Amino acid sequence: MSDHEYTPKSKFGKWFNDRLPLLTLANHLTDYPTPKNLNYWWTFGGILTFCLITQIVTGLVLAMHYIAHADMAFDSVEHIMRDVNYGWLIRYIHANGASMFFLAVYIHIFRSLFYGSYKAPREIIWIIGIIIYLLMMAAAFLGYVLPWGQMSFWGATVITNLFSAIPLVGEGIVTWLWGGYSVDNPTLTRFFTLHYLIPFLILGLVVLHIWALHVPGNNNPVGIDIKKPSKDTVPFHPYIVIKDGFALLMFMIVFAFFVFYTPNILGHADNYIEANPLVTPAHIVPEWYLLPFYAILRSVPDKLLGVIAMLSAILILAALPWLDSSKIRSAVFRPLYKQFYWILVADVLILGYVGAMPAEGLYLLVARVATAYYFLHFLVILPVLGWKEKTLPIPLSITEPILGGSPNLATAKNKESLNN
Amino acid sequence: MSEKKTNRRDFLFTATYAVGAVGVGATIWPMIDQMNPDASVKALASTEVDVSAVSPGKTITVLWRGKPVFIRRRTQDEIAEARSVKLGDLKHPEKDEDRAKDPEWLVMLGVCTHLGCVPLDQKGEYNGWFCPCHGSHYDISGRIRKGPAPTNMEIPKYEFVNANTIKIG
Repeated sequence: MSDHEYTPKSKFGKWFNDRLPLLTLANHLTDYPTPKNLNYWWTFGGILTFCLITQIVTGLVLAMHYIAHADMAFDSVEHIMRDVNYGWLIRYIHANGASMFFLAVYIHIFRSLFYGSYKAPREIIWIIGIIIYLLMMAAAFLGYVLPWGQMSFWGATVITNLFSAIPLVGEGIVTWLWGGYSVDNPTLTRFFTLHYLIPFLILGLVVLHIWALHVPGNNNPVGIDIKKPSKDTVPFHPYIVIKDGFALLMFMIVFAFFVFYTPNILGHADNYIEANPLVTPAHIVPEWYLLPFYAILRSVPDKLLGVIAMLSAILILAALPWLDSSKIRSAVFRPLYKQFYWILVADVLILGYVGAMPAEGLYLLVARVATAYYFLHFLVILPVLGWKEKTLPIPLSITEPILGGSPNLATAKNKESLNN
Repeated sequence: MSEKKTNRRDFLFTATYAVGAVGVGATIWPMIDQMNPDASVKALASTEVDVSAVSPGKTITVLWRGKPVFIRRRTQDEIAEARSVKLGDLKHPEKDEDRAKDPEWLVMLGVCTHLGCVPLDQKGEYNGWFCPCHGSHYDISGRIRKGPAPTNMEIPKYEFVNANTIKIG
């Protein structure tokens, strides 16, 4: 919160604000003191908000034309593509929007990993973020089932069958999820309902995410605590708004490229074949954004352990603030962590690649090594680095290294005395 | 006031919580149970199949409860192969005699026990079925031999109504 008390200028504004302090909230958001060194990696929060709103708006429009019934869903999607005015555009925005959403969220998450944004006092922001990410994956999976193509049907079959790995109650849970003895119409209608619900849950969590963010304020590339407001901060509006806006425009160019030039490149041709419970497509591959986890699932030869490994790979992120024992946030001042960070990025990209390949031979071997390294990074490397790594000296403020000419306080002081 | 005495009010609180918990449970259960298979789904529990047109070495696939059922008329070689396997070599040991009551006819759910894909006929390293999703190999008795699937393909309840008709379910 800003230190000063806000009073609206107009009489009506004051009258209204006394009864519902919306103007105080708006003032808090516009004046919010933000670190002045935020780089473009910090613009993805705004971009993600844009993605969420885009998915909700296009999704609402699609729901006006889509029919959630096993006999009609596939045809109603083709009806949207061919008959509905601009239906093709709205559907392509929605389908590619999911990919863009994940692209942005991965950059957002890896920015946090690089700059240590998940560390105290920002653990709750981070954990809410992980819950949002889980809900995004659920929404994406449920939405992918709705067109009722071959990939929809078999993707739904494989993912719901993951629950059958649970001992004793697994089969019962799967039947309960399906509402029958296989994926069928009852499954489709409930998936549609949940797909409609989840974005609004995400919206609520985004509000909490931002609320929790506004308690300590933004982390920044230097990763130090700053006083706010101070010389180290600028008001959110117009400084950050204009930077976020510019980044969003660049992002929308990429988005539009996919929508208008290669709208199907991220999908699978098999999903333009209507669901057939008697034939499984030769290669079942999830959407690109789930591939690393799919690779982890397949790299374990046991069914239950594979499912456990895949879930752990996601949930381990929630424990990250406590696994990373280093007090220094930003990788800029952690020479060893910086290298391990990039190895992790490469590891996840490799997992994504082998996840798209058949699970055999060399691919399987690579998947196993990469899976092992993924867990090694979080469970061994991060805790050990905290007490082994020799970190670089951190500056006292954002302005200090620039004005003092050195990131080291002692040398900066020396220079000052020399100048004097 | 060192020792807390249980009085009438504590009893009332506990009784209220207990009744409240039962009430909440009774309200939530219909919300959960409505997702289980409904009466119309359960009504489709059995299917009768005419198998007179199936020649030896052929498999037909029929739909039962929304799932594929493989009905294979096995050749003499296949039966011999299925029956010669040692139980010790199997991940999920089951005798072929227990899986195919009439050795000529193998009736089983065509659903991979890993994650539910439909395995492909006459593929894989054991001349049986091969699941393309995650690479499980089944033999000519539908038993898991290699890959991530934990168990053999399931044998549904079935019976021969007459020489040409199988009733599944």
